[in-house]
Amino acid sequence: MAGSEIEIILSRQLADCLSVPVFIVDPKGNLLFYNEPAEEILGKKYEDTGEMPVSEWSTMFTPKDKEGNLLPPEQLPLVKTLSQQKPAHGSFWIKSLNGQDYEISVTAYPIIGRSKVFTGAVAIFWMNSDQDEV
Amino acid sequence: MKFKFLGTRGSYPSQKEEHLSYGGNTSCVELSNHQHRLILDAGTGILGLDFELYANLPRIDILLTHLHMDHIQGLAFFKPLFKKNLEVHIWGPGGTSNSLRSHLNRYFSPPLFPVPIRELPCQLHIHEISNSTFTIGAFEITTAFVIHPGPTLGYRIKNGAKVITYIPDHEPMVGSQKLYNKDKWVSGFSLCKNADVLIHDSMYTKEEYPSKIGWGHSSTEHVIQLARRAGVKQLFLFHHNPEYPDNFLEQRLDRIRQNHHEPYDILLATQGMEYEL
Repeated sequence: MAGSEIEIILSRQLADCLSVPVFIVDPKGNLLFYNEPAEEILGKKYEDTGEMPVSEWSTMFTPKDKEGNLLPPEQLPLVKTLSQQKPAHGSFWIKSLNGQDYEISVTAYPIIGRSKVFTGAVAIFWMNSDQDEV
Repeated sequence: MKFKFLGTRGSYPSQKEEHLSYGGNTSCVELSNHQHRLILDAGTGILGLDFELYANLPRIDILLTHLHMDHIQGLAFFKPLFKKNLEVHIWGPGGTSNSLRSHLNRYFSPPLFPVPIRELPCQLHIHEISNSTFTIGAFEITTAFVIHPGPTLGYRIKNGAKVITYIPDHEPMVGSQKLYNKDKWVSGFSLCKNADVLIHDSMYTKEEYPSKIGWGHSSTEHVIQLARRAGVKQLFLFHHNPEYPDNFLEQRLDRIRQNHHEPYDILLATQGMEYEL
């Protein structure tokens, strides 16, 4: 069994300590880990789901622009980071578990360790303005 | 395959009487198999090697885990480096922006040391490695980065059917003494998996670790869990804390044996001791 790269492991250790939602994905977008604040967004617990294929977890969000139009995947920060291996940032709207729409900002950055190998990406979600937490 | 502990102490060398049972020299382990020899780290323990023997070998291989002083302090005084045309290979991690050679140059240059690395008479080959697999003589070597401040490698060395894993400086979980449940999330796990011998950092007690979080070293809890999970056959507690006298190390080992009942042997790495696998 191949272990995770050290930079992925350290990313998880950091995410475990943060109060903002953090998602860690592999180069294909499969969800490797999400922290407790992120569990509130997904409505699932990492201990229950473990890792999730990209096809499963990416459909949990319905990202929209301000006018309510669905956003194509290539406009999402994490998708940009995965395709370009560069940091990306963006704001959009998602529907929360209680059915309310919230504006969020997402900052994504690639994980490229000392081996110079692209091993995945981290996405940090921020709630915009004074909205209640999702 | 034989392995010999030449330096077992962490951080800095000590000549205190209370350290002489397990040794005061810093990290160095020698592996040998007939004509092939490897030197793991070049702390002050390297000065205990038979220089005459090494000066007459066809080549010398020194594998560095990282460049903290307690792992390279003896390197400049390793006399075979000054033998003309002797083939010496140094393996180790580079930095993100500076090479291994560049980092070694900082040590091998005034005012720290009078002889620049370019003026060493030996035929020096510097190999910068990261997560890699390579062969030296009869040894198959796998390396991977592990958690410790600065670029730090762990080594898994296979000779025939036997495996020795060497991770002298390692904090597998930062801020918690419980490892993640899934093995793939545990730093260094794949290096340790089913090793016959694990030589591993054991710097802190369970009680001391909370005040040393992020310093890059293991608590007893860390290393015991890692060895158990990885299914190693024998664990050598290594990188002894120079603040712990030898009788304290022994008491700690007794407590581990009483409290944990581990399915593998646990020993204190002892300077000068040689074992055969």
